[in-house]
Amino acid sequence: MINRIDLPLDHDAHARFLPWLIAFMVYLAVLAVVGIMVLSKTVNNWDRGVSGTLTVQLAPDQKTDAVSKSAIQETLEVLRSTPGVIEASLVSENDTLSLVEPWLGDIAGMADLPLPRLIDVTMDVDVRVDIDALNQRLAISVPGASVDDHGVWLDRLVRMLQTLQWIAISVVTVIVLVTVGTVVFTTKTGLAVHGEAIQVLHLIGAQDSYVARQFASRALWLGLRGGLTGLLFAIPTLYAIRFYASHMQLGSLSVTDFAAYQYLLIAVLPVIVAIIAMMTARNTVLRTLARMP
Amino acid sequence: MSVITTEPVVRFENVGLRYGLGPEVLQDIYFELEAGSFHFLTGASGAGKSSLMKLMYMALRPTRGLISMFGRDVATTPRKDLPFLRRRVGVVFQEYRLLNHLSTFDNVALPLRISGTSEAEVRKNVEELLAWVGLENHMKSKPATLSGGQQQRVSIARAVIARPRVLLADEPTGNVDDRMAYRLMHLFEELNRLGTTVVIATHNQQLVEQLGHPVLHLESGILHLPEKAIAGENENNPLSTAVPYDPDVLNYL
Repeated sequence: MINRIDLPLDHDAHARFLPWLIAFMVYLAVLAVVGIMVLSKTVNNWDRGVSGTLTVQLAPDQKTDAVSKSAIQETLEVLRSTPGVIEASLVSENDTLSLVEPWLGDIAGMADLPLPRLIDVTMDVDVRVDIDALNQRLAISVPGASVDDHGVWLDRLVRMLQTLQWIAISVVTVIVLVTVGTVVFTTKTGLAVHGEAIQVLHLIGAQDSYVARQFASRALWLGLRGGLTGLLFAIPTLYAIRFYASHMQLGSLSVTDFAAYQYLLIAVLPVIVAIIAMMTARNTVLRTLARMP
Repeated sequence: MSVITTEPVVRFENVGLRYGLGPEVLQDIYFELEAGSFHFLTGASGAGKSSLMKLMYMALRPTRGLISMFGRDVATTPRKDLPFLRRRVGVVFQEYRLLNHLSTFDNVALPLRISGTSEAEVRKNVEELLAWVGLENHMKSKPATLSGGQQQRVSIARAVIARPRVLLADEPTGNVDDRMAYRLMHLFEELNRLGTTVVIATHNQQLVEQLGHPVLHLESGILHLPEKAIAGENENNPLSTAVPYDPDVLNYL
């Protein structure tokens, strides 16, 4: 890099706002990138945690207010004969009671409620089970049996999270475009302000790259300064978000424990933005100078 | 990019120049400058002197015709090679065109730094030359604090610091007193004696007559050549007696 600057770029009033703008952009970019990482991690966790299970619910007979043993047996047989099902086990009556306890309190056991019986089914994640077909088969052999596929509601959540992810990715793209646009604008203003000096450098035999280097190293420096400022502000913000997330019991959104490369990505974001600023300044100068004879 | 000495350093063939859609400010210019020649360029204001200079220092492209510098056709020279041609042409601009934020020293050092000269050598050469033009006490001054004549000398020092093969000067003695004018002319002649081709645009008829170099005269965009333009025609040089020979200048050059 060059250590001597012939152009007084440091005194340019129009370039003073650039580090602050870049700081703001990097701040937003860090939040968006962390958002993307949290969401993709969450989607992965949920997908892996729930896709291998489903629950079959057996409604109690309306006359006896209970689920008959034969219905349970029949359902288990149908399930166990279904390809892809690894295990099907009946949830005990006590466990079922404890599931409703939060709503009804411990009177549930005494009240002799007509509770449905639940069967936990563990499935091979690699085998695609046709839930609709399974539902039909069960309905034929056991009236009152229904499959509660976790995937149905999970799918919607996952899709929502994926949409959020795409929004975050668009935000990052917009940030890059705004940064590039601002640097182009700042550089063009600089070229106009220092037009006379640049013309003189050109006429005494300076190569375009000589002039471009001065603008590029300046943009790199401003970018780094702004970028680090942005990162500095983003870190406490992330901690604040994490604090509130844990207080609101959004346990499934894990703001912490990223992989090392993810921390690294966040750390180099200011550098990436600074390099984008540098390349943009360089290209802008070269394209403008190319119009000189 | 070696230059064959017999080839003219500057060659204009049928050159015309117009700005935009205006009339031609230069018409059918044809001339050659041999290596080591010394010419004055005269003509009334608006005759096209500065335009002709600009074509020679490659700040403008002609609208027609061929210009070749050091044997290379400027029009077909790749853009990335033009800076190297420009470095062989030292220019004293009429309005000096110093960089206002740089000190005298840094302004003069620019051509050397652009071509990647080491700082030690830059220091040595610039200090020596600034002493020669009498600015050794103003090395750190910014142009704004210098008088017109001092700025002009900075501009001249910048033009010659890199030992150009061609030196173009647009009214270089306009703002200096007679003694400094002769001193500067002496510097130009020393450079010329060492092989630099010199063209000086001037209004100073007295200077032209005294030095006796061939004159290129522009009138309404048409160039009139001297009757004989012989390279290095320095015989009847009144300066060689008017100003004592200064051995320092040879050390510098």
